[in-house]
Amino acid sequence: MTEPVLRLEGVSKSFDEHVVLDGIDLVVEPGEVVALIGASGSGKSTLLRTINLLERIDDGQIWLSGLDVSDPRVNADAVRARIGVVFQQYNLFPHMSVLENVTLAMRHVQRMPRVKADAEGMRLLERVGLAAKAKDHPDRLSGGQQQRAALVRAIATGPELLLLDEITSALDPELVTEVLDLVRQLAADGATIVMATHEMGFARDVAHRVVFLDGGRILEQGSPAEIFGAPREPRTREFLARFRA
Amino acid sequence: MTGAPGILPSRAPSAVELERQAFRKRQGGKSVLISLASTLVVAALVWVTLLNTPGWAAVQQTFFNGEVFVASLPRVWEGFLLNLRVLAMASVLVLLVAMLLATIRTLRGPIWLPLRAFAAAYTDLFRGIPLIIVLYLVGFGIPGLGLIPVRVPAEVWGTIALTLTYSAYVSEVFRAGIEAVHPSQRQAARSLGLSHAKTMRLVVVPQAVRKVTPALMNDFVALQKDVGLISILGAVDAVRAAQIETARFFNFTPYVVAGLLFVLLAIPTIRLTDWYTARVRAREQVGGIV
Repeated sequence: MTEPVLRLEGVSKSFDEHVVLDGIDLVVEPGEVVALIGASGSGKSTLLRTINLLERIDDGQIWLSGLDVSDPRVNADAVRARIGVVFQQYNLFPHMSVLENVTLAMRHVQRMPRVKADAEGMRLLERVGLAAKAKDHPDRLSGGQQQRAALVRAIATGPELLLLDEITSALDPELVTEVLDLVRQLAADGATIVMATHEMGFARDVAHRVVFLDGGRILEQGSPAEIFGAPREPRTREFLARFRA
Repeated sequence: MTGAPGILPSRAPSAVELERQAFRKRQGGKSVLISLASTLVVAALVWVTLLNTPGWAAVQQTFFNGEVFVASLPRVWEGFLLNLRVLAMASVLVLLVAMLLATIRTLRGPIWLPLRAFAAAYTDLFRGIPLIIVLYLVGFGIPGLGLIPVRVPAEVWGTIALTLTYSAYVSEVFRAGIEAVHPSQRQAARSLGLSHAKTMRLVVVPQAVRKVTPALMNDFVALQKDVGLISILGAVDAVRAAQIETARFFNFTPYVVAGLLFVLLAIPTIRLTDWYTARVRAREQVGGIV
């Protein structure tokens, strides 16, 4: 039996009186692509942030490849280094070139020599068609190019889990495709991905499993065919109906 | 995905545009004439008024005496070189100490409370005390303790006093810059697995310094003239040399010489600050006429 990459048990989180996550149980197997869907405020982003230890949970446990990362004794920096994250607003470092952005973690977390990191960074940028932009600063790139660079930065150190937080929500519609194509490619290469998304068509296409969050709980989950084709819960039907309109 | 700016297909301007251009040209010519005329009138008024004051002849003799100017210049210049050395030393020390203080104030967690409290108390204290009192306390107080057996030159105490005071101001500038870097930058860096220290060094501080460079250069201009205050400790800098020369010639022109040297020193920095600010502004707001 292989160890799941990610396992959550009873994960709960409140901001003051407001309950954001209310007992989340979730298992993600190696190579699996899981899409988190749900209305704004349903807890998708917070869930991703707790996995990456950017937020402290109030209760429950989170295991990354068998290691309980919710234990305060684990080194949070080492855990974060094993997880790649891409944010809605790209969050590239504006004072560094695209290549420096991509190689930062290789050089300063993995302590790879600069020459080797640069070569690896160039190889990755070439793969996504951004080699020509390697020496440019992020503000010279389009939104789609910036988000692809952010994806490359997240996978550069070969993380075992990739968290994508609504990575196309800030993009013009015509730029969404180029970013989603790259995610599709990563998924085909066997990356383990948990993504919060509003792109229902993409979730149906690429995800192995769709998880519907509502009010901080997993209301229902299943294959894209089950969730999009025959949702059991009235709340899920109501939510999906708004996307078809 | 954006086209190269500034390269437009060549096209003959329309009649409306030609008329607008002609109007702007007339307006432009008119405003140049008005500003020229008003400047000349004001300058002439000031000049005539000054020349007609009852004491002008005497003031000109005691403050703007050409012979005394030339005769006192070498000594005052020699003193000014000491100011430059103190300035160079103090500005490097200020940057180091200020960055250290600002970094300490960003540390989280209860273990760092004593250090944080120290940094906060330091900035409160040294932004509050007048520089001249710090100079007296350091320059006469510390040697008075008798801790140091050798005689330390006055300019060294002056450099220390300037560093103490200016570090407090500059650390607040750095802190403002650090806080102005958006939290999402910190989160992106930590998500890559970078430690707090590396996140600060590689991601936050470089962006913070860019944000506060104009403010830093402004403090540098202020420091350039405050180095003249070390004269009160007895260091023979430009101000003290001017004082000596004034006594020698029974004439105040040497002070004007010293003042002129300080202004000449400040102008390049001020221009550089303006240029840098304009460049940042041009980069941040692409185009626009307001």
